[in-house]
Amino acid sequence: MNLVLMIVGMSVATILPRVAPIYLLDRLPLRKPLRRWLAAIPYAVLGALIVPGVLYVDAQRPAVGLAGAIAAGLLAFRGASMFTVIALSILTTLVVGAWMHPM
Amino acid sequence: MARSGGKQCRRQLLISGVKAGLPIALGYLPLAVSFGVLAAQVPLSVPQSVLMSVIVYAGASQFMAVNMLLLGAAGAEVVLAAFVVNFRHFIMSMSLAGRWSRHPKWVQTLLSLGVTDETFAVASMAERDLTERPHFMAGLMLCAYGAWVSGTAIGGLMSIFVPPELGSRMVIALYAMFIGLLVPSVRRSWALLAVAAAGALLNTLLRPVLGTGWSIIAAACVAALLGISLLDDA
Repeated sequence: MNLVLMIVGMSVATILPRVAPIYLLDRLPLRKPLRRWLAAIPYAVLGALIVPGVLYVDAQRPAVGLAGAIAAGLLAFRGASMFTVIALSILTTLVVGAWMHPM
Repeated sequence: MARSGGKQCRRQLLISGVKAGLPIALGYLPLAVSFGVLAAQVPLSVPQSVLMSVIVYAGASQFMAVNMLLLGAAGAEVVLAAFVVNFRHFIMSMSLAGRWSRHPKWVQTLLSLGVTDETFAVASMAERDLTERPHFMAGLMLCAYGAWVSGTAIGGLMSIFVPPELGSRMVIALYAMFIGLLVPSVRRSWALLAVAAAGALLNTLLRPVLGTGWSIIAAACVAALLGISLLDDA
């Protein structure tokens, strides 16, 4: 298959799921349980996006990602700004990664 | 903020959207650069990898496509994999669509094109009032999109000098952002903590069985069921 054709195919495959809800949602009656379910989706998604993926930041050494996650969690819990959370989390993974021997 | 929607106000909304998108842009840049570098190792030309970032705009799928091409996969397989991995954006768009329902369909459609894990995470944790405004959302999404596309081009152009591993480790920046977005909410509410923890646990259990793509979708849909009994109505 031509590479450009493949890229166009990927484009359609990724656009459909993003756009479809805009046209499907009005047909759906938004009763209370459904509204609560939708309200909970962001938190459920965030939980699933973080774990276990963060452990594979360094695929051979899960402790590197774990250390970065703990640093980010503690800083965010103490009310640090987003930039502080991100910067110190990166720094933590770099320090822990350099300190640990590979494997 | 005034509801009148004057020119000044719309411009301010756009700017605050761009500001809200900055952490995403910072996270995307090194990743997009490493995608550009990596894509140049397979028979993708720089214009082709930039085209992919422009019209596919899905990090996980793009990295996977490069991987699959290196392993000799057929184009149709790559397309199917992109669909499976990115189907999770369906539930994210669905969750945001309710906030945009006052606007014409074409506005909603354009906004939904900008949905990624990261723009969804930032938007859904931002003030609801702001995310109902198309200008705020456009600022947020264009900031992220701009970083992704320009990073790909930069990576492609300097692919001779940079090892692809450099950027992939920086993925911690995006995880740190997810954590930074989630923690303030779950700190306030045990119910939200329970929902997020259930999502994390289920995804860990399901991932080996279902694969990354379907696992996130199934984990999120099931974990959010907890919200039906635990959450109060907003």
